[in-house]
Amino acid sequence: MDIFLQQIINGLVQGSIYAMVALGYTMVYGIMGLINFAHGEVVMIGTLVAITVVTFTLKLGFPVWLAGATGIAAAAAVCMALGWSLERIAYRPLRNAPRLTPLITAIGMSIVLQNVAMMVWGRNYMTFPSLVEKTQFEFGGAAFTSVQVMIVLVASISMGGLLFLVYRTRLGMAMRATAQNPAVAGLMGVNANRVIASAFVIGSALGAIAGVMVGTYYEIAHYQMGFMLGLKAFTAAVLGGIGNLAGAMAGGVLLGLIEALGAGYIGDLTGGFLGSHYQDIFAFVVLIGVLMFRPSGLFGEKTGDRA
Amino acid sequence: MQFARIPGITLALAAAIAMIGCGKKEEPQPQTAAPAAAPAPAAKPEVVVKLGHVAPMTGPQAHLGKDNENGAKLAVEELNAQTLEIGGAKVKFELLSEDDGADPKQGTIVAQKLVDAKVNGVIGHLNSGTTIPASKLYSDAGIPQISPSATNPKYTQQGFKTAFRVMANDVQQGKILGEFAAKQGAKTVAIVDDRTAYGQGLADEFKKSAEAAGLKVVATEYTNDKATDFKAILTKIKSTKADLVFYGGMDAQGGPMAKQMKELGLKAKFLGGDGVCTPEFTKLGGPATDGHYCSLPGMPLEKLAKGPEFKDKFTKKFNAEIQLYAPNAYDAVMVMADAMKRANSVEPAKYLPEVGKAAYDGVTAKIEFDDKGDLKGGAISIYQYKEGKLNYVETLGMAPAAAPAAAPAEAPAAAPAEKK
Repeated sequence: MDIFLQQIINGLVQGSIYAMVALGYTMVYGIMGLINFAHGEVVMIGTLVAITVVTFTLKLGFPVWLAGATGIAAAAAVCMALGWSLERIAYRPLRNAPRLTPLITAIGMSIVLQNVAMMVWGRNYMTFPSLVEKTQFEFGGAAFTSVQVMIVLVASISMGGLLFLVYRTRLGMAMRATAQNPAVAGLMGVNANRVIASAFVIGSALGAIAGVMVGTYYEIAHYQMGFMLGLKAFTAAVLGGIGNLAGAMAGGVLLGLIEALGAGYIGDLTGGFLGSHYQDIFAFVVLIGVLMFRPSGLFGEKTGDRA
Repeated sequence: MQFARIPGITLALAAAIAMIGCGKKEEPQPQTAAPAAAPAPAAKPEVVVKLGHVAPMTGPQAHLGKDNENGAKLAVEELNAQTLEIGGAKVKFELLSEDDGADPKQGTIVAQKLVDAKVNGVIGHLNSGTTIPASKLYSDAGIPQISPSATNPKYTQQGFKTAFRVMANDVQQGKILGEFAAKQGAKTVAIVDDRTAYGQGLADEFKKSAEAAGLKVVATEYTNDKATDFKAILTKIKSTKADLVFYGGMDAQGGPMAKQMKELGLKAKFLGGDGVCTPEFTKLGGPATDGHYCSLPGMPLEKLAKGPEFKDKFTKKFNAEIQLYAPNAYDAVMVMADAMKRANSVEPAKYLPEVGKAAYDGVTAKIEFDDKGDLKGGAISIYQYKEGKLNYVETLGMAPAAAPAAAPAEAPAAAPAEKK
C-alpha cells in the first residue's frame, strides 16, 4: 500500500509539471490551431536562465529567497519575450499559409533554440542550486519532500490563476472569442494579433515556471531537456483534449500517474515480460490510443475542421 | 512540362560546375608548385598522418567526448613536437575529430566519413554502442581502431583484426563488481541499467558474478540514457528492501538517481561502474552520493608512474579537470604512433600487425594486447565517494603487472613524449 501511495505521489508531482507545460501547447492550439513544437525548448531556456541568475545572485550574496525570486522573474521575463518573438518571427508571417508550413517552422525553431542554448550554456549538465531546504516527510510509509509539495502547490495556483484570467477577464473573453471565430471576433473589435501574442506570452510564462520547477525538482538541467518534456506535455494536452485548459491540466496529471504506476507495476503484471524501460513508451502508447479512439481527448469538445 | 525543364537546368548546372572544376584544377597548379618546390631541397618530404577520433561531442555525454578528444589532442601535439621520421619522411599527425552523439546510427555515418577520408587510424569511439557497429566499417577498410573506452566485450569478440582497446572490458569489470558487492556484506541487490550496450552489458556481467557470489537479485529495472526521473523504479526497488543498488549506466543518470534514492528514503548503497566514476556524478548527485561506490578500469592516476605528470600537463593545457578517459585516449594515440614507428610505415596494412604486438609503457598501464585485441591483465579499481571526492579503496582483479614497474626496456619509445 505504501508503495502504491508512493507511486501516486511520484506521478502527481511529475504530472503537475506535465500539466504546466501542456497548458502552453493547449492555449496556442486553442486560439490559432497551431502546435507550437518549440514550447518544450522555451521551458528548457527558462530552466537555464533561472540556473544562471540564481547562481549569479547567490554569488553576489543575495539571500536564498531573493535569489530564487530573481531567478523566477528573470526566467519568466526571458521566456515571455521569447514566446512573443517566436510568434512574431516564426508564426505571424505564416498565419495564412497552409497548415503544414507553421508546423515545419515550429520544429525548425525548436532545433534553433536547442542549438542556441548549446552555444550559450554549453553541452554539459548544469546543476540547479538548492533553493529550498529539502525537508523530508513521511505519510503512510511514503516519503516526499517539501519541494514536491511546493511543485504541486505552485502548479495548482498557476492553473487557478490561468482559469481566472481566461474566464473572468476582458483579455480572457477576447481569447475565447478569437478561439471560436477569429473573423467575427475581429469585427467585434478584438485585436487578433494582440490576443494571439498574449496567448504565447502567457503560455511561455507558465512554461518558465514549469522550467524552474523541473530545475528545483531534479536539480539538473541540460540543453536537450526540453525535447522529451515537450513531447510528453503535448501528449498530455492531446489526452485531455487539445485546446481545452482544464483538459490539459487533467491530462498532465493523468499522464504522470500512468507513467509512474506503469513503470512501477508493469513488470509484476506481465511477469517480467515487459519491464520498466517502457516508462517513456507509455506516453506515446497513450497518445496513439487517444488519437485512434477518441481524437478529441477525454475532455475535448468536437474539434471540427480545426483539428 | 516541369519535368522536361529540369534536365535542361541540371545539364546547364553540371556544365557550369564542370567548367568551374576545370578552372580550379588548372589554376592552383603553378601556385602550389612554387612554394612546394622551394623548401623541397632543404627539408624532407612531409607525410600527413590522419588520425580519426570519434566520441559524442554533443548530447548528454558531450563532456566525456570532449575529455577524450583533449587526451588525443595532447598526444598528437606531443608527437608533432617530436618531429618524427617514419619511412624516411617527416610525419605530421592530424586529428580528424568527429561527433557521433553516442548514437549508433550517427556512429556508422561518421565512421564511413573517416573511411572515405582515408584516415590512417581511428581512436574511438567512446561508447560501446557506437564502437561495435562502426568497427565493422573500419575492419572492412583495414583501418586499425583503438577504442580508449568501449568496454563491452563484444567489440573485440567479433574477430576483427583491426579492433583494439586499451582498458579492461565489462566481463572483467562486472565480475569484480559482483565480488565486491558480496564482500561488502550485501545479501540482496537490485539492478538498474540504461539499456545501452555498455549499461546492459555491465549489468549482465554484474548479475552473473553477484549470483555466483551468493547474492540474491531482488529486482531488475531499466531506464534509458536520457531519463531524469527514476522515482517510479526506485519506489519499486524500495519495496524489495535491497541492500545495494547496482547501476549500469552513465553519470548523467547515476547522479540524479542517487539523489532520488535519498529523497525516497532508500537506505541501500549505490554501486556503479566506470560510467558513474566521474567528478560529474557527485556534482549532479550532491551530498546524496556520499558513501557510494564505483569502479574504474586500471589504476588511479596518482598511483601510476606517469599519472601525476599527465594530470599536470592536461590541466595546464586545457584548464579543465580530467573527466574520465583522457589518459586512455592519449595512450591510444601513442600506441598507434608507436606501432607506426616500429613498422616504419604509416600505411594501415603495414603497421597493423605491429599494433597487436604493442608493448607500450603508457600513462594508464603497460599496454599489451591479447589475441583478440583486449588489454592484457586489465585491473579494476574501486572508489568510494566521500564529501564530493573520489577516494581510492582498492585495486582488484588481475595483477596490475605493468603499473609500478618502470619497464626500462620499453622506455625509449615513450620517454621523449613524456618529458615534454
